[in-house]
Formats: sequence, C-alpha cells, structure tokens
Amino acid sequence: MATSRGTGARTRPVLLVGTRKGAFVLTGDPARRRWQLSAPHFLGHIVNHAVLDPRDRRTLLVAARAGHLGPTVFGSTDRGKRWREARRPPAFPKAREGEPGLVVQHVFWLAPGHAREPGVWYAGTSPPGLFRSADGGETWDGVLGFNANPLRAPWVGDPQAAPPDGATLHSINIDPRDPQHLYIGVSCGGVFETTDGGARWRPLNQGCAADFLPQPNPEYGHDVHCLRIAPAAPDVLYQQNHCGIYRIARPADRWTRIGENMPRSVGDIGFPLAVHPREPQTAWVFPMDGGTVWPRVSPGGKPAVYGTRNGGRTWRRLAQGLPPRDAWLTVKRQALSADARDPVGLYFGTTSGEVWASVDEGERWRRIAEHLPHIYSVEAADL
Amino acid sequence: MSAVFIPAPLRSYTGGRSRVTAGGATVAAVLAELDRQYAGIRFRMIDEQDAIRPHIKIFVNQEQARRLDAPVAAGDEVIILTALSGG
Repeated sequence: MATSRGTGARTRPVLLVGTRKGAFVLTGDPARRRWQLSAPHFLGHIVNHAVLDPRDRRTLLVAARAGHLGPTVFGSTDRGKRWREARRPPAFPKAREGEPGLVVQHVFWLAPGHAREPGVWYAGTSPPGLFRSADGGETWDGVLGFNANPLRAPWVGDPQAAPPDGATLHSINIDPRDPQHLYIGVSCGGVFETTDGGARWRPLNQGCAADFLPQPNPEYGHDVHCLRIAPAAPDVLYQQNHCGIYRIARPADRWTRIGENMPRSVGDIGFPLAVHPREPQTAWVFPMDGGTVWPRVSPGGKPAVYGTRNGGRTWRRLAQGLPPRDAWLTVKRQALSADARDPVGLYFGTTSGEVWASVDEGERWRRIAEHLPHIYSVEAADL
Repeated sequence: MSAVFIPAPLRSYTGGRSRVTAGGATVAAVLAELDRQYAGIRFRMIDEQDAIRPHIKIFVNQEQARRLDAPVAAGDEVIILTALSGG
C-alpha cells in the first residue's frame, strides 16, 4: 500500500509542469491513480521551472518569460491562488560604459535553499549565472563568487559553442547536511562545487568525457545535462552528461561512467536523471538517441526509462505501459521527477505535451495528461 | 506629461489599461516614471544593460526610439509595441 513518508497522511501529490506556454498543476488522489489538470497559470509565458518549497509546502516560485518580455520570477505563498512578481528579478550588474555586459535571457532553474535557511532560494540562468534570494524570491542577488569570478568566462566557455537554447546554469544541488556546500551544473562548463556558500568554486569533472573538446582530459568545459545529489547519502551524486551517465562518491574526485553498463543498442545519452529519495543506489534515466546528428528522441522510437538499483552496475529497462514503438519522445533535463512516497512515484513530461506516471518505481507506466504545450519541467511535490 | 500606449502583454501591470500617462524628458525618464507607477514593468522591456529588449519597439509619436536617451516633449505620445514571431 502506498504511503506518504514524511509528508503526512493528508497531503496530496502534485506535479508542477512548466511548459513553453505556461505552467500547469496536476493534482492526484492519495493513491496517485486519478489526476486533475489545472487551468494554465501564466498562459503564453515560457515557464522553464515551477517549484514548490518543501519547507512550507505553500510557497511556489515560477521562472517565466514571454517571447517579447524579459525574464522574471513569480511567487505565490498560497499554493498558486495569488501571484506576485519578484521586486528585483535575477539580473547581472550593469557594465561600465563602453564595456559589454551580460543579460539574463532565461531564469532556467529554481532550487529551494537548505532546510535550515527558510526563505533562501537559488536560481540558475542563461547565460550561466547563479543568483540567491533570502526573502522567498522577492529580491535576487548574484552569487559573486561564481558570477564575478575571473574564471567564470573560461569556465562557461564561448557563447558560440553553447547549446541551442543558450548556455545555462542548472542542477543546483544543496548538501542536506551543510547549507554552505553546493554543487551546480553548467552547460557547457561542467560540475562545480563550493564549500563556503558560494565564495569559492572549483570544477569537479575528472573522469567525465568531453569528446567535443580537443583536449583529452579538460578540467572544465563539460556538458552536464542533469546533476542530482542522492538525498539519503549526499556524498553520492549522479549526472546525465552529454557524454554518458556518471556516478561519484565523495570524497573521491573522479566520476565513473556507469552508463557503460547500459545496453549498447540504447546507449547512455539523455537529458534528465532522478535519484531515489531513500535508496542512494537507485536512479533512473530516460535514454535518447545521441547518434549521427543527435536526434534526441527515444532510441528506435521505443521509449523506456532505465533504472539501476546498484549504483549503475546494472540497468533494467522499464517500459511497461509506454508505447512499444513509433513513439519518438524527447524528455528535457528538468522533466523527470521522483516523489518521496513509498513506493516512489516517477513522472516525466515530453516535448510533445504528455505526462507519464509510474507509482511503482518505474515498473508500469500510464499517461496522465496529454495535449499540453512543449514540456520543459516536471516537479513532483506534496501539497 | 505624455500619453503612453501599453501593449496587451504588459497590461497585467497597468490593471488592463492600454493608455496611461507618465512624465519625463527622455524615453528613459518616461519608463522610470512608468516603473514607479507600475512596479516591474520596465525590466520586462529594458534589460539590465539598459538596452531595449529585442521584441520591444518604442515610438515617440511616429518615430522609433532606438535608445533610451531619445527626447520626449510634453504632449508627445509614447507608443510601446511588442513584436513576436514564431509559434
């Protein structure tokens, strides 16, 4: 029987879905069988990320922009009934006269801060910048240890070599034992770590391939697609990279390519990755075709989630209920999410506007929403 | 004081009004006054480097203002337009 560990018996499962044309909320019954789709929030806005604060389960932040209007953050403290725009959204400092300055194009990733720091949030942007709010998303300041770091420009690389939607700072992971200890991912740039709250950063990319760079073992410049810390053992991290799936157990400094253990016919390319909330050896990916010109769709048109229960030594195909063929699905880096229930619910959203759910850790899948706009993000939460 | 035309995507800031008034001798001053009246509206049109965002066009009467220091005289009409292509 499904339970709601650590969330209280009366909470309801919700999925916050960010799309190219607005945000939607799917609310489930306690068994997660029936889901109700909300009306759109911010219809017409590009919503890269919508996140519920797990510390109060009331505060929602949404990273939004419209095609013609600049990027901003909207917040609600009543679960989405009323919204208020950030008084000072993430923005780079004004450059000195005659010098080029950076302009935030998207607020791409939102991350609630540490449990001991209520009101603290982090945001990652495109072009890559890290921002922090100490007042629940009302005002944002740049984390200067990264944004103003003299090494930032070489770390984040040439804008001409950036991914198609622009280079982004994403995958902001906070060590649940220490609010000063953060990991971030930059595409392209790699994984970076701070242990002093963001004053100093160092690359953490050894062992990761970067086959698009001329150097054999660069210190940075890698294309991390999604980085996740294991909540139950925060020394363990996983990443889905442009060049494979990796795992690291700190204090080791070297990543191991656990994607080598995926079936050769499927490969280990993809964008999203999720980690079990209680079992640090369990993680899931959604492989996509990284051959030829990088189609980035389910290999062979046969979508599947792959899961490991042993830290990546072996992987199992989890496709029951998904279309067996002729389904060319793409799932973006923020669009695969695990809830905290038992058994864990897994959810993914596709660029073709479908949301799929499994309430048994990936064994069986069911489509719970369709006809939505292009999905950027899916976040499982409890209201 | 100038009349300012607000396009539909920005009317969430003006309570749905398409025409408002704001004073100022330059486009920058008019937008600053607009932002005092309707907090947050300026940043959606003007980036942090004080450049007009790519899909925003500002006209003073019939003439496009490409810079924020473009002059505005009392009685001029400031027209803000949004232009977006693609699906």
